[in-house]
Amino acid sequence: MLKNRIIPCLDVKNGRVVKGINFVDLQDAGDPVEQAKIYSDGGADEICFLDITASNENRDTIYDVVEKTSKKCFVPLTVGGGVRSVEDINKLLNCGADKVSINTAAVQNPEVVVQSSKKFGSQCIVVAIDAKKKGDKWEIFTHGGRNNTGIDSLEFAKKMEDCGAGELLVTSMDRDGTQVGYDIELMSKISSKVNIPVIASGGVGTLDHLFDGIKLGNASAVLAASIFHYGKHSVKEAKEYLDSKGIPVRI
Amino acid sequence: MNVTIVDYNSGNISSVINSFKEVANDKVNIEITSDLNKIKSSDKVVLPGQGSFKSCVDALKNINGLIDTLNEFAISNKKPLLGICVGLQMFADVGYEETETKGLGWISGKVSKIDNQNGKYKLPHIGWNQINIVKDSKIFKDIDNNSHMYFVHSYEFIPEDKNVISATTDYSSNIVCSVEKENIFGTQFHPEKSDKTGLKIIDNFINL
Repeated sequence: MLKNRIIPCLDVKNGRVVKGINFVDLQDAGDPVEQAKIYSDGGADEICFLDITASNENRDTIYDVVEKTSKKCFVPLTVGGGVRSVEDINKLLNCGADKVSINTAAVQNPEVVVQSSKKFGSQCIVVAIDAKKKGDKWEIFTHGGRNNTGIDSLEFAKKMEDCGAGELLVTSMDRDGTQVGYDIELMSKISSKVNIPVIASGGVGTLDHLFDGIKLGNASAVLAASIFHYGKHSVKEAKEYLDSKGIPVRI
Repeated sequence: MNVTIVDYNSGNISSVINSFKEVANDKVNIEITSDLNKIKSSDKVVLPGQGSFKSCVDALKNINGLIDTLNEFAISNKKPLLGICVGLQMFADVGYEETETKGLGWISGKVSKIDNQNGKYKLPHIGWNQINIVKDSKIFKDIDNNSHMYFVHSYEFIPEDKNVISATTDYSSNIVCSVEKENIFGTQFHPEKSDKTGLKIIDNFINL
């Protein structure tokens, strides 16, 4: 039976982890490689890096991080943030990323999704959808949530599937950072709209939220950042909890 | 010993390279090449494959003499070869992804889209699934039945002779996820991304 995936996400800025696990025995708490290794040893089903490096001159730091991590972690590694072109994707894959998530570029130029999924295969193309509720629909935001495009996220999700995306990473901008739980309605609506797997993101504060994302939101995978940081919960605890509630997970 | 990972522009193979290098640990030489002479003289060959069946077959054909060299290695000389994902699928006579495409024809059968039962099952089949070992395979030494492996694919290999099947996985139906025919091995899942269990399979192949 296919298991639901737990994906810890690390925010990386200028090659350093911004929010990470705060374990006393960590030699270097800011080292993304060391943090990723802790997650994969702890049973994470995949690892996600979100590169939030703002300045262009430090952009290349992520390639070094990905290269080092992929030599230590033997679970899938997804990298997103600032991915603009087929060439960016090529570079990340060559450094050892298994999947690349595309956000702003997918909205501005869906052709990037078409071309990259043709060139590298749909399996490594994740489209990240940042959506915010407005009236009875959810609108797509780009540029790290700063720009409202007015595009309906359900229609966009379907379009991305048709363009060749292998998965959708759906983040509720309303919930992101709040720790009050995923936007279940958004997740379940997008999940039933498309036939590709949906990864739920944004708002996890408790282990129950992970359960809700899978059970009520119909997500194939749940991504979380804060809950795993500072040792609040380990990936292992999350899995044991979900298992006890009847969710199929890899233990 | 030389183990060659065939580099034929079949998409992203860096994870395959990393995992083999990790396992080989300087005791075994891991070569990444499309050089026909190096392939011929190596002890074992790994045939990765990402993207579509057609794009991988086209990429093999694009390198002059590569298919002949692989035939000689695996069929005439019967040296160990491991196909991963589309690398395994290409063992078939024919694949139906994008358009009907002839495969290597090493193991009779076809590659068709997984029946998703009208949307009941999401495709691609992405994530960790358990393998049901149905026959003793040398690459499954010390691998427990029902171990988890990482999958990502939308098409499945359906071999004519069921005796080649060494493991299946349950997704919509019993999908063939591992085959062994004499010196030819293949996994639909990605051992290079399947954590310690996956690395053990790679270790088993290297130590054949």
